[in-house]
Amino acid sequence: MSKVTITIDGLQISADQGMTVLEAAQANGLYIPNLCNHPDLKPAGLCRVCVVKMDDWKIAISCKQPVKDGMVISTEDPEVQQIRKNTVELIVADHPMTCLTCEADGKCELQRVAHYVGITPEGLNRYRRKVRAIPIDRSNPFFDVDHSKCILCGICVRTCDELQNINAIDYAQRGVASFISTLGAKPIADSRCESCGECVVRCPVAALAPKGAQEPMREVKSICAYCGVGCGVMLGVRGQKVVSVQGDRDNPVNKGSLCVKGRFGYKFINHPERLKTPLIKKNGKLEEATWDEALELVADKFSKSKGDKFAALASARITNEDNYLIQKFTRAVMGTNNIDHCARL
Amino acid sequence: MAGLATSLGSGAMTNSIAEISGASTIFAIGTNTTQAHPVLALQAKKAAREGANLIVANPKEIDLCRHATIHLQHRPGTDVALVMGMIKVIVDAGLADMDFISSRCENYDGFVDSLKEFDLATAEKITGVPGELISKAAKMYAGEGPSSILYCMGITQHCHGTDNVWSLSNLALVTGNIGKASAGVNPLRGQNNVQGSCDMGALPDVYPGYQKVAKAENKQKFEAAWGVSLSDKEGLTHSEIFDDIHDGEITALYLIGENPYLSEANANHAIESMNRLDFLVVQDIFLTETAELADVVLPASSFAEKDGTFSNTERRIQRVRKAIDSPGEAKPDWRIVADIAAEMGAEGFDFEDEAQIMAEISSLTPSYGGITYERIEDVGLQWPCPTQDHPGTPTLHTEKFGTPSGKARFMPLSFRDSAELPDEEYPFLLTTDRSLFHYHTGSMTRRVDGLEQLDSEEFLKINPKDAASLGLEDNEMVQIASRRGQTQAKTKVTKICPPGLVSMTFHFAESPTNVLTSPALDPVAKIPETKVCAVKLEKA
Amino acid sequence: MQKVNSPADVAKMRDYCQAAFARRKLRFLVCAGTGCIAGGSLEVYEEFKRVISERGIDINVDLLFEGQESEAGTVTSGCHGFCQMGPLVRVEPMGTFYTKVKAKDVEEIVTATMDENTVVERLLYEKDDGSHATTELDVPFYNRQQRIVLGGCGTIDAEDIREYFAVDGFKALATILQDLSPEQVIEIVKDSGLRGRGGGGFPAGRKWEAGRNAKATPKYVVCNGDEGDPGAFMDRSVLEANPQSVIEGMTIAAYAIGAEFGVVYVRAEYPLAVVRLLKAIEQAKEYGVLGDNIMGTGFNFDIEVFQGAGAFVCGESTALTLSIEGKRGMPRVAPRPRTTEVGLYDKPTLLNNVKSFAYVPDIIREGAEWFKGIGTESSSGTAVFALTGNIVNAGLIEVPMGIKLREIIYDIGGGIPKGGTFKAVQTGGPSGGCLPESLLDTPIDYDSLDEAGSIMGSGGMVVMDERTCMVDVARYFLNFTEEESCGQCVPCRLGTKQLLEILNDICAGKGKKQDIDLLIELSHSIHGGSVCGLGQTAANPVLTTLRYFKDEYEAHINDKCCPARVCKDLISFRINEDKCKGCTLCARACPVSAISGEKKEVHVIDQGLCIQCGVCMEKCPNKFSAVDCVSPKIPVPAKEKTEVPA
Repeated sequence: MSKVTITIDGLQISADQGMTVLEAAQANGLYIPNLCNHPDLKPAGLCRVCVVKMDDWKIAISCKQPVKDGMVISTEDPEVQQIRKNTVELIVADHPMTCLTCEADGKCELQRVAHYVGITPEGLNRYRRKVRAIPIDRSNPFFDVDHSKCILCGICVRTCDELQNINAIDYAQRGVASFISTLGAKPIADSRCESCGECVVRCPVAALAPKGAQEPMREVKSICAYCGVGCGVMLGVRGQKVVSVQGDRDNPVNKGSLCVKGRFGYKFINHPERLKTPLIKKNGKLEEATWDEALELVADKFSKSKGDKFAALASARITNEDNYLIQKFTRAVMGTNNIDHCARL
Repeated sequence: MAGLATSLGSGAMTNSIAEISGASTIFAIGTNTTQAHPVLALQAKKAAREGANLIVANPKEIDLCRHATIHLQHRPGTDVALVMGMIKVIVDAGLADMDFISSRCENYDGFVDSLKEFDLATAEKITGVPGELISKAAKMYAGEGPSSILYCMGITQHCHGTDNVWSLSNLALVTGNIGKASAGVNPLRGQNNVQGSCDMGALPDVYPGYQKVAKAENKQKFEAAWGVSLSDKEGLTHSEIFDDIHDGEITALYLIGENPYLSEANANHAIESMNRLDFLVVQDIFLTETAELADVVLPASSFAEKDGTFSNTERRIQRVRKAIDSPGEAKPDWRIVADIAAEMGAEGFDFEDEAQIMAEISSLTPSYGGITYERIEDVGLQWPCPTQDHPGTPTLHTEKFGTPSGKARFMPLSFRDSAELPDEEYPFLLTTDRSLFHYHTGSMTRRVDGLEQLDSEEFLKINPKDAASLGLEDNEMVQIASRRGQTQAKTKVTKICPPGLVSMTFHFAESPTNVLTSPALDPVAKIPETKVCAVKLEKA
Repeated sequence: MQKVNSPADVAKMRDYCQAAFARRKLRFLVCAGTGCIAGGSLEVYEEFKRVISERGIDINVDLLFEGQESEAGTVTSGCHGFCQMGPLVRVEPMGTFYTKVKAKDVEEIVTATMDENTVVERLLYEKDDGSHATTELDVPFYNRQQRIVLGGCGTIDAEDIREYFAVDGFKALATILQDLSPEQVIEIVKDSGLRGRGGGGFPAGRKWEAGRNAKATPKYVVCNGDEGDPGAFMDRSVLEANPQSVIEGMTIAAYAIGAEFGVVYVRAEYPLAVVRLLKAIEQAKEYGVLGDNIMGTGFNFDIEVFQGAGAFVCGESTALTLSIEGKRGMPRVAPRPRTTEVGLYDKPTLLNNVKSFAYVPDIIREGAEWFKGIGTESSSGTAVFALTGNIVNAGLIEVPMGIKLREIIYDIGGGIPKGGTFKAVQTGGPSGGCLPESLLDTPIDYDSLDEAGSIMGSGGMVVMDERTCMVDVARYFLNFTEEESCGQCVPCRLGTKQLLEILNDICAGKGKKQDIDLLIELSHSIHGGSVCGLGQTAANPVLTTLRYFKDEYEAHINDKCCPARVCKDLISFRINEDKCKGCTLCARACPVSAISGEKKEVHVIDQGLCIQCGVCMEKCPNKFSAVDCVSPKIPVPAKEKTEVPA
């Protein structure tokens, strides 16, 4: 790929031909504030926060503007600063000020941008504040939709379209009445939404927020236990509890994507009905037993059933190591090849 | 799996998931992949969005049809006629890749003979798909390559499932769409580690790495490695095991992480069989319907509580890691097995950890020969990976096939009907599928409140015309009966099903669909025909 | 003669049609523009039909083509433009021009014309000096105009293509098909200096050239009839009155760029335009001047009509093409390829305004030099305006570029009614600006208006007198843009909303000292930050009113005073004790019973109850004029405050 050299605020940086100014900046570790851009999605150029001055005369939107060799970009030009600040002030004036109790607090892109452009109470007080009061849509069991926090960046819409090709949501109405809506403005749970949560993950504020989310204390890299695709996951753990699942962006299979089961279907792990002790049937009833009792009984019975009187059914859910040992046990200890599993179902 | 192993020399996906979006044409047959493998389906949808042709062959108007260029809505169980019909169009139109056929395949002439019975008129008559559309799809598939075939249980769960699979390998071979990127024949695995279970020899006829039990040198290899003498008799398959239990031949069953109570075709037979056992051990994470029948239930760890590896549908061996402790006294499955073996006085089960087991696996399994935990710490490797310095294999058969001759084999086929078709008494054809929100028999997903909220009960999907003729409303309880059993579910009146076809999942214990399904087995793969059986319906 | 089979046939068709129409001695032409229809012109037309038929005359036009002579006939035409005086009727060939005609007047007009050879004087236009104008040529409203694109408006029956043929219709198309290469056509359009009449003023020839040079196929020609400025109805009138000229212009454009398919995007709120356009397309195809193998030359071009749902933003070219594609009409974000490269269905698309296309046949027929000779050097040709507001002669006018605002307002428009004083003129609709008295000598052309802070726009012109509050005007336009903002980009969506709320506050007496600075600051950021022209110009009404009428803003904010006495929250009504005669008219008319006082005694308004409706002022007899409107408000003493029951 051919390289071009551009200058951003006096720094000469190298960029790939075809990159946008914003991509070039990011690739070189430079921050240009932005809200509606997401690396997985095509640039929309709608929030106008990433505005820059190009070649000393032209206002350009850095997430849409392709790089050109020799291009000179200023992110601190006074006109650019003014537009950017006013734009962010307009968004903040339209946004609830409930940061401390907000799900996005600390990872909110609006907070980051507001801080960067220097929003002050005095500046903000000049504005007429009016936060839209639309009831929160709590119909989905895994996430809530709070339109009052929505900044209409459209990342969710583009995620559902460009990445998921589901198109459960789109813009409805126009102007200040615009909101992100399902077909017929039905609750999200009654829409075509497949609850994959990809939009929730990408929402820069908390207009889409996982229900009852808990920040994990640590994350463990693993593989999803549902279908055969084998998506990489990051299991979020607090104490001895799995409290979240995120897609592993480094995994070549899913590159961070997950489906509804993979992302939200983890609560079986710490379910109270999990088997915790061996059970032995006595008088037609399964009763709790010790491992010693159970192992003794099983070993005794199996010893008397060696050869083709015995069969084992392994599982497509358990690990290679588990399966290997089960077939080894069946063949080497029980002396039979009566081993199969549920591959055919 | 047995099908592809015969024709191509390996039963696994020939290509990788990431390659799907690079295909010019995708032929998705017998797979409702947006429901069963949502993340893999993203690749197919992406390809279609970016201009690739997407041909969907499915008796139902599944979600993927929204993205399709062509939907071939064939009658269930007529895949052979459809695909062979397509091949005949390709051959007749001179679109066959003769270079590929002559250099890399065998048995072409015998195969071409068998195409005679699949002229378009016949194919149209059998499948119900207009000949014109079959022809268009065939030319599309053969035209702009690479073309990738995706299939799943809709192909295999038939009494002629192996024929179905062979028809697809024939299609790929005749156009040379195999052994190169973004092409191939790609069976999509439904469960997280089906591929690995097969790879590990949890099969009655092969040791790990598909080394035939019947072959003396393999037996000797494993006897030497394990220090025991082994049976040279091939074991019984899943369905056969239940038959033998029923007949009293098998008296003890060690059942791990499976719930045949709901998942086995003709489930009543399986339940009755299990009741006849002298001794049933069930090892699971929950007290499943099957576990309740057991003499001993052993508590196992879930995937979040142990280390190990899963092998995904594209043959990628990836690391599973322990995140939390097991609840109570539950233990990883391998440790329980090792404990039983030790209790029985057996040797060779004293592993310290999973890595040690993997070391033994790679020493005995050629395709896993280069796999160590260190190598797959960050990113998994795709087998075959025979040596420590081998980079893994994203695409199979690039140089030669895994068959004894190294050439792919064309399989002559003739059309056979499903074992049980609708008749006067049982006028509807029942097929099974899966819900996006549930997994298999639901022992995991039905314990997740949110998933249960999104999809909480079984629905019989039925065409509006059929519903009207039976006087059934939407969301109305209906009695569904086959020759083997009966159950109830609510109706979902939908045009997804064509008239005459009804469809259910098998996730819900309250509506056990598999009491209805047919136990007819494919003679080669021994897979039951859960995709086609005849049922009758009446208002409950 | 049923069809044009070769370019040469067009002249024959003209002669054929002219000959037929010449067999009719008299024609009563009734204006059926939307304005006159609202005034009852269709009843007038029906009455003409009845009255003429009663005389045993068959008014069926087809009979003329069968060779029959006729004493008289009546037809409807498109808008004559002088809507203020409608319904309008013209009697041809003498050109007698009647105004405000009612159905009951018809009998009299017919009798006067046919039997008495006189005119009905009371229905003629009365000039300032009290004399009557017999024909339009005598009417000041008309005689300062130069009508090209409106030339066919009010002279031909839009629903009969033969009338268009009779006035040299499709001659231009025949000429180019026979004699000119596409490049030569483009050269003529370039030479003429025609600039896009949608508002942007981009040179049409250069756009056509870009369309010609675009490599991809198919190409499309799109006519933008999504006229959305409040009060503007130029495009509508052209489409209603002379749809054939638009069809011919589009067909010439299609030939020039190499397109075979065109779309006219019309607002669904223009049902009459849609009907007439569809009829015109159908007839044009029937006569072989549109569709397959046009005039037997092998050139194909078809036109479809797309009805837009009335979003203002869909007038923006990229939003318009998306709207035709069935997508959400939102402007595409720059940088993006030009519509001539990537337009409708991502194919090269030539998109021009209705009027731009309508000029083309005249330019081809009369030549580039002729067109260039009209108007100014940088802005050739004429400009069409919908003149409204506080003006004597409201209506549709066409004037040469370069004419001064003053001439339009006073000479054509007749000045401010009821002896009012001129205050400002707004051009360019919501994207334009308000210009004060001091700028009335600004010539009308793209660049001069731009310099003054307004724009030419698509042709709205609203005249305002001293009773207009300029803050309120800015608020009116911001209310419009805020509602019509598509909402995709932040500066436009939230910026217009913020401007509007600040203006609302100022009008309500809740303005803050820093508001003026904030209005200016935000206006510049909205201009610099918005995606499309709608957003970029949305603040123009605020900026120009601030530029020329800043004192009014300051009066509102600092003194809580509305100098024009418009903003209800800043005014009070008061009865002058010295003038009130106690006639009780005001008290009886007050809807909230806020006025008390005995008969023949001075009345008093309870300021706590008054809702500033102004009825008292209206009702007070002129000879007393005892009610004053004052601003700032008269404070309501706390104890006098009366709770108004909800």
